[in-house]
Amino acid sequence: MAKVVSLAVLLGLWALIAWLAQSPLLPSPMSVGEMIVADTRSGELPFQMACTLARVAAAFAIAFTLGVAGGYAMGRSKLIDRYADPWLVVLLNLPALVIIIFAYIWIGLNETAAIVAVALNKLPNVIVVTREGARSLDPALDDMAQAFRFTWQSKLRNVVLPQLAPYLAAVSRSGLSIIWKIVLVVELLGRPNGVGFVLGSSFSLFDMTRILSYAISFVALMLVIETFLVQPLERRTNRWRRNAA
Amino acid sequence: MNDARTAGAATPLEIRIDSKAFVSAEGKPVEVIRDLRLQLDAFSFGALIGPSGCGKTTILHIAAGLDADFTGERRIPGRGRLGMVFQEPRLLPWRTVADNLRLVLSPDESLDRLDGLIETLGLGAHLSHYPGELSLGLARRVAIARAFAVRPDFLLLDEPFVSLDVAVAARLREELTTLTQRERVTTLLVTHDLNDAIQLADKLFFLSTRPASVAVEMALPPPRGARSKATIDEIAREVGARVPAYMPDVTRA
Repeated sequence: MAKVVSLAVLLGLWALIAWLAQSPLLPSPMSVGEMIVADTRSGELPFQMACTLARVAAAFAIAFTLGVAGGYAMGRSKLIDRYADPWLVVLLNLPALVIIIFAYIWIGLNETAAIVAVALNKLPNVIVVTREGARSLDPALDDMAQAFRFTWQSKLRNVVLPQLAPYLAAVSRSGLSIIWKIVLVVELLGRPNGVGFVLGSSFSLFDMTRILSYAISFVALMLVIETFLVQPLERRTNRWRRNAA
Repeated sequence: MNDARTAGAATPLEIRIDSKAFVSAEGKPVEVIRDLRLQLDAFSFGALIGPSGCGKTTILHIAAGLDADFTGERRIPGRGRLGMVFQEPRLLPWRTVADNLRLVLSPDESLDRLDGLIETLGLGAHLSHYPGELSLGLARRVAIARAFAVRPDFLLLDEPFVSLDVAVAARLREELTTLTQRERVTTLLVTHDLNDAIQLADKLFFLSTRPASVAVEMALPPPRGARSKATIDEIAREVGARVPAYMPDVTRA
């Protein structure tokens, strides 16, 4: 309820200021809403959002897979950690924009470069968090798995992943929000479609109504994904904690 | 170390530790076990007794094959199938009791095979619970069920009665006696409690202080598990006479 009231107040304030300003630089919520409806009907908005979402999904999948594998290896092996840590520090401190520019220059202005750039931006964060998780794995359960001769698949599924789950959940949540923001930059700089591209071209035309309608639509979509996909998944992995004494 | 599997199920469990050392915080090796020999006849029940911190759990880990960093030899009976009950139950908290048990079965087996075991240990009503919902006594029972579920050739028990109240511990002792006799499994119990050892075991091994070795070995009269109060007192007196050095510490603990 509080959320609804808070959003309604925000919307009301926006409407009031837009009405007072009477400027094309701040369109009213009504005209933004009308554009969302119109662009949805024409198929333009769903198409651009789908392009962006596909990039988010691909970059997320790559960063997550490589990051979890790398972070786990670094968390479990001191030797790997010693050698790979300096690379990680470099990658962590490289600005997103620099990685994007490198990718476009070296790979070309194409889809591969866009996705690689975004995945590389997210990768170090996944590694750092997974490494923490891997370091905190309970050696007592390792011994148990060894004594009862668990296969490595069974150990991974039943012993390791459940312990990493809170770390992986945290990294997916923060990951998704970081990744989609970087995807917009990548699209703005070098893709012919996607929400970032639309925002870029609308910026050059000072088309605030379109900028607001695409930005709001995409935030709404990410909220839907967060509420109906990420949160239920997190609840599922934490089910065993609920009744714990 | 050498690791050998003795052919046939009716073979003894033999552990020989010439030396086992840890590296101290200052980086120096500290020898914790020296010249320890331990032999346990097939299907018998041995108890390893010693004060806290004397290296009992280390010996158990070596017997289990979890610690290979020692000089010596380890001979394990039969197929070498191990059932182990750790001091803390070490159940997977994110799996139900049923799933914790199912995990140690082979893929083609169903939980039905464990019906008898589950009944003996009184776990029937708790199969759908998560370990966090169980009392320590119940969690220990699940750990014991898991150890027997693998049809072990040898069973290692690390202080399974510690922190349990008297009644719960007594019941668990009875259940363990029933199970080890019924399943015919060579068992090594590690404990600091002389009473537990006398009630359950065929053979007692008293450890010396560091570096630990077996100071006194004592065979007890059969039948185990059903010894009268008088027999237990008599054994305790004999222990007092033969192992006087640190016995008061052990019994008081």
